[in-house]
Amino acid sequence: MTTNDRPGDGGRPEPAPTEKVRPPRPKRARSSAVARSVAAAASIAAPEPVAPPAPAPHVLIIGGGGTGGALAHDLALRGLRVTLVERGEVTSGSTGKHHGLLHSGARYATTDRAAAIDCITENKILRRICPGSFEENDGLFVALTDEDVEFEKQFVEACWLCAVPTKRLGREAALRMEPGLNPNLRFAYQVPDATMDAMRVPLRFMATARRNGADIRPFTEVVAVTMTGRTVSGVRVRDHAAGRDYEIGADIVVNAAGPWAARVASLAGVNVPVVASPGVLVAVRGRHVNMVVNRLHAPGDGDIVLPQRLRTVVGTSSWIADDPDELAVRAADVELIVRESAALVPAVARAEVTATWSAARPLVQAPVPAARKRVATRREAATAPAAPAPAGAGRGLARDLRCFDHATDATPTEGFVTIAGGKATTLRAMAEAAADVVCSKLGLALPCRTTDIVLLPHSAWYSA
Amino acid sequence: MSPRDARPEEPAAAVGSVEVVQSVEPETAAPAAPARPGTHFHISRRKQGDPKPHFQNFEIEVEPGATVLDALLQIRRRHDPSLVVRHSCMHAACGTCGVRINGREALACDTKLATLPTHKPIKVEPLANQRPVADLATDMVDFYARLDAAAMPLLRASETAGGATPPENIKAFARFENCIECGLCLSACPIARTNHDYIGPAALAAAARVVEEPRRHDLGPVLALAAEPDSVWRCRDAIECTAVCPSSVDPARALLTLRRHVAANGARRFLARR
Ligand SMILES: Cc1cc2nc3c(=O)[nH]c(=O)nc-3n(C[C@H](O)[C@H](O)[C@H](O)COP(=O)(O)OP(=O)(O)OC[C@H]3O[C@@H](n4cnc5c(N)ncnc54)[C@H](O)[C@@H]3O)c2cc1C
Ligand code: SF4
Ligand code: FES
Repeated sequence: MTTNDRPGDGGRPEPAPTEKVRPPRPKRARSSAVARSVAAAASIAAPEPVAPPAPAPHVLIIGGGGTGGALAHDLALRGLRVTLVERGEVTSGSTGKHHGLLHSGARYATTDRAAAIDCITENKILRRICPGSFEENDGLFVALTDEDVEFEKQFVEACWLCAVPTKRLGREAALRMEPGLNPNLRFAYQVPDATMDAMRVPLRFMATARRNGADIRPFTEVVAVTMTGRTVSGVRVRDHAAGRDYEIGADIVVNAAGPWAARVASLAGVNVPVVASPGVLVAVRGRHVNMVVNRLHAPGDGDIVLPQRLRTVVGTSSWIADDPDELAVRAADVELIVRESAALVPAVARAEVTATWSAARPLVQAPVPAARKRVATRREAATAPAAPAPAGAGRGLARDLRCFDHATDATPTEGFVTIAGGKATTLRAMAEAAADVVCSKLGLALPCRTTDIVLLPHSAWYSA
Repeated sequence: MSPRDARPEEPAAAVGSVEVVQSVEPETAAPAAPARPGTHFHISRRKQGDPKPHFQNFEIEVEPGATVLDALLQIRRRHDPSLVVRHSCMHAACGTCGVRINGREALACDTKLATLPTHKPIKVEPLANQRPVADLATDMVDFYARLDAAAMPLLRASETAGGATPPENIKAFARFENCIECGLCLSACPIARTNHDYIGPAALAAAARVVEEPRRHDLGPVLALAAEPDSVWRCRDAIECTAVCPSSVDPARALLTLRRHVAANGARRFLARR
């Protein structure tokens, strides 16, 4: 690995300012209560990072979504020097816009067993390390038609193989739990789905990372990747808040730009097979359910209904977009989603639509190599091959998380790693996969410690 | 649990498309007559280090159904990538996109352009009573210092009623607090404008929730905080907070509740001392 050959910080120019993006806060007399609270917030115990090898290698992360945020936390805990740059507010990419479902894995059990196992594993871990960040009300998979009834056996077997617990409920029992369900339902399965606040869960990772020394800079866009030959040596960024450009040197640059990953990689002349696969979501007025309501069938459009505070959010659809910045909110999708979700929860059809928007999944299109180390260990239960994915753009593609060390590309590029795919639910696992690659490239044997360390509350992100 | 009123759905349209004329003016002057039909924006700009903000005018074509946030992001994508604006969820859930639109606090993502008057440019400014970051973004650090001071166990989930029986393994259905921590109330509060130490509406509403539904919390510190000089008694009942709140928190009513508890607590302590 060449990054180790470089002395210290690589001797690269680093005119990066030492101050953070946040402007220096003017001193101002504070009420004693507020001042006390600031002091108290600063004293919340954060987990101690391991002793860093001196001098600690510097990792620069591009992208402040859930993936980048969780990676900053993982690497900071391992004792590395971390800088994360995000072109907008943190979580302003796909992360903040997602549906808000902490997946149990049941949705993917029949089509993508690897993803299902990741989801149930991470579902349990996140409840432990982010207490209070989920509405732990479980989910239902509801059978409405003969076709859905036929799907039952396949669904139950697949969930069993992936160790996703299910419990069968008759029509009456399901209606007692969710009186808003279509009264013509046949039966339902209860699974450990939950809902989350799409922004606050990643903020907890970022708050903890920052407490452990990670430098997280919002409104800072990577405009170029600096290289020495085919070795990445850092990035050139534009600080939109200050209105100036500067360079940041790094031993390794990790591209965690989600649906923008291909665009960011191209700045280093690297191809990554990540496409943007948007979907539409619709929020309606009124909290029409307490649980996550799914349709008992192979993943399709408009088949998830879930509560978010005083509203209900329904989704989604799927297509492939050329430009992750220009995502249409397709009117036909909105109509389809409202119609399909109203089949599950009839009140949705009568409710006022309060917002419609699109977000893009970062979808990896590369064939999944047979030997995926991290995943293999978790998948012992699932030996039989998964059923073929349903046809249709976007959703049929492999949706698993992937980490690319570009030193192994046909045209090798050193010091550059891309992490993409996965789901918001698997942010921690994605970070672990990427951090393992980063450490092995640096020749460091530092274990991942993120599975058990409870994260700071999201409000700590905003503490001075 | 039922929809409040069944209004017809808005046409859900592709957001943003047609090309635009941008006119940049250095100072606060209102934009000249439109070069061609479009929606005019008068946007407050300020980079770090600028002594004071100035306004910049944009004229863009927007799709029907577009929100102020859609328009701001369209300006950022196609005309000025340096425009700093906070956003995340696009549906009034995360609380990051609070701004002042024509002088009034609102979530940019929850404000349809069609609801705004067309005879004048739409003026967009950052929230007041908060530290500026740049352009339309403010730093929420003071807001959260107040919330934390209110001893609010953040991310409290409240139990929902509604006649539903939770599943066997779940004691009661959980629901996040309504407050999305957007800071609109603090920006709109006339007391906070002149008194930086005032604890502010969202924090007092959080304290009131703890007092009304204490679960196992010790109410002493919360009531003591509420009784401090820059707390409940500082409010002059402007009710601006409740008017701008996008998430039905009603801080003004919460504050009245809290006053009653503080007064009762004070009386009890006074009597106990005698
Ligand atoms: C409609 C929809 C619904 C979904 N629902 C769920 C769900 O319910 N549950 C679930 O678990 N998952 C869900 N997902 C999946 C989930 O949203 C994504 O997998 C996840 O958010 C991806 O996170 P990320 O951090 O990898 O990408 P992002 O959040 O997109 O982060 C990438 C970041 O990189 C930044 N960036 C880009 N270019 C640059 C640059 N040049 N310089 C600096 N920064 C840059 C972007 O601004 C962005 O913030 C959903 C996805 C979609 C599309
Ligand atoms: S009380 Fe309302 S206005 Fe104030 S922060 Fe909470 S949601 Fe926003
Ligand atoms: S973007 Fe989340 S509240 Fe507006």
